[in-house]
Amino acid sequence: MANFAVNAAADSLSNAKPKMDIKDVSFFYNDNKALKNITLPLYEQRVTALIGPSGCGKSTLLRILNRIYELYPGQRAEGVITLDGENILDPKLDANLLRSKVGMVFQKPTPFPMTIYDNIAFGVRLYMKPSRGEMDEIVESSLTRTALWNEVKDRLHTSALGLSGGQQQRLCIARTVAIKPEVVLFDEPTSALDPISTAKIEELIDELKRDFTIVIVTHNMQQAARVADQTAFMYLGDLIEAGPTTSMFSNPKDNRTLDYITGRFG
Amino acid sequence: MVELTFDPAEARAEEKQRDSRRASLGRLILTDRFFKNFTRAAALLVLALLFGVILTLVEGSIPALKQFGISFFWTEEWNPVKERFGALAPIYGTVVTSIIAMLVAVPVGLGIAIFLTELCPQALRRPVGIAIELLAGIPSIIYGIWGLFVFAPFLQRYVQPAIIDTLGNIPGIGALFAGPPYGIGVLTAGLILGIMVLPFIASITRDVFETVPPVLKESAYGLGATTWEVVWKVVLPYTRAGVIGGVMLALGRALGETMAVTFVIGNAHRISASVLQPGTTISAAIANEFVEALQALHTSSLTALGLVLFIITFFVLACARLLLASLNKRAGG
Repeated sequence: MANFAVNAAADSLSNAKPKMDIKDVSFFYNDNKALKNITLPLYEQRVTALIGPSGCGKSTLLRILNRIYELYPGQRAEGVITLDGENILDPKLDANLLRSKVGMVFQKPTPFPMTIYDNIAFGVRLYMKPSRGEMDEIVESSLTRTALWNEVKDRLHTSALGLSGGQQQRLCIARTVAIKPEVVLFDEPTSALDPISTAKIEELIDELKRDFTIVIVTHNMQQAARVADQTAFMYLGDLIEAGPTTSMFSNPKDNRTLDYITGRFG
Repeated sequence: MVELTFDPAEARAEEKQRDSRRASLGRLILTDRFFKNFTRAAALLVLALLFGVILTLVEGSIPALKQFGISFFWTEEWNPVKERFGALAPIYGTVVTSIIAMLVAVPVGLGIAIFLTELCPQALRRPVGIAIELLAGIPSIIYGIWGLFVFAPFLQRYVQPAIIDTLGNIPGIGALFAGPPYGIGVLTAGLILGIMVLPFIASITRDVFETVPPVLKESAYGLGATTWEVVWKVVLPYTRAGVIGGVMLALGRALGETMAVTFVIGNAHRISASVLQPGTTISAAIANEFVEALQALHTSSLTALGLVLFIITFFVLACARLLLASLNKRAGG
């Protein structure tokens, strides 16, 4: 836990540079405005936590960042989100290409119905044609990064569905980082897991932020305090306030934020 | 704690309550026992019926099998006048028409299901879905009439001449598409069968595709996979048991379908290399000849054909099980 404390102590946002920029983004389910003019920078090598009560739009915001919402009719986003200066909401930008740069880990572990090895190879094969040896290396290194290699190296060619929930979730993270994204989105990644698995995932996130821009949606404020450099509080589709995690939790500017983080509602 | 006072009235009331509970429990146990026996009888009835059918078929085919021996199964000749019967032509017709039917229905049916679950605009989803279910509800005799009066002449005039002129000239496979365009024949029967089983495959596979958790598809899309990759690598492996089940159900129907096939296959007891020529299937032969079968041997031979169909269907189901088991093993699950 020591390293978390160090993170929290320094104002870790002051020297960070924005990787993605959410500018004046609104989102609609049919005619229902679910997000209202959100503006939020996401910093490189930093973790941004989105917190707020159920239905506040935090998952919706996450789902805009890789345009996964496009799979469903009647959902649309307005505004501008840039990734390295390029507007990702531009319909001309290929969504598949975007998703190779912006990976996503879901609330429930979603291993594909194939072997552990193939779960990782599946994503990699979408973008490159590695030789067998290269693929073995990619599989090993991404499983090592997610601290799963030692647990599964003897059964790489058995079904991923046989893993425990925590292992499945780490496999999903390994699968996401194997294709070398630039941003990784976590949608309540530990809400279906036990405390030990949760601790492992949090450690992993702290590890991964060296290489990636990370956004995590969480219901758990302690989790936000532990892993995030920047925290954004959302309420009823509005972004109430965002800032360095330490100041958000010690000195919130808005009363609604204070009420939420002190557990008065939500 | 020991009761210090003893109230006889209270004790009586307690006793009475216990009695009534015992009585109602007794009733419940009786109901339970009845229910258990009823469900067991229902399950055993299936076994009894199955064995009854097998027994009848075997018993009915004994005269024919005694007369012709095991060679009944690979003799092509079928001559009621000389009383010489062999099952090869109907077996061949059954297998070939079913293969043609599956070649048509499996890709198209899967295509429909994939379109409906992954690509179709919401507004079109219901109409197409309903149309498929209506197609499944059309009685086979209607397909037969339509096949004979509309589809076969259409094939005869436009499609078969083109096939004969093109595919018929290719060395090797040309023999498959040779001969005059009759309209009716093995190919026509196979195509009609394909149309008939198409809605089964489409609606069953659509239903099982809908059981795939959206989040599983999202995570594949989230890696940047295209619809094609999501369907092939995630949706189909996830639903393989249901898809194979649907295909096998359709195959079972194609193997046994009688009326529509009888209308368009030509009912000729012979094996032609060309799929454009008339042929027959097991069920078509039985339907056509059973009423007119005067000699005992003829009737027995037809019953033996029924036994063969039964065995083929059983064999297909067994193969499906084996296929599924090996797929599960390969997926490591």
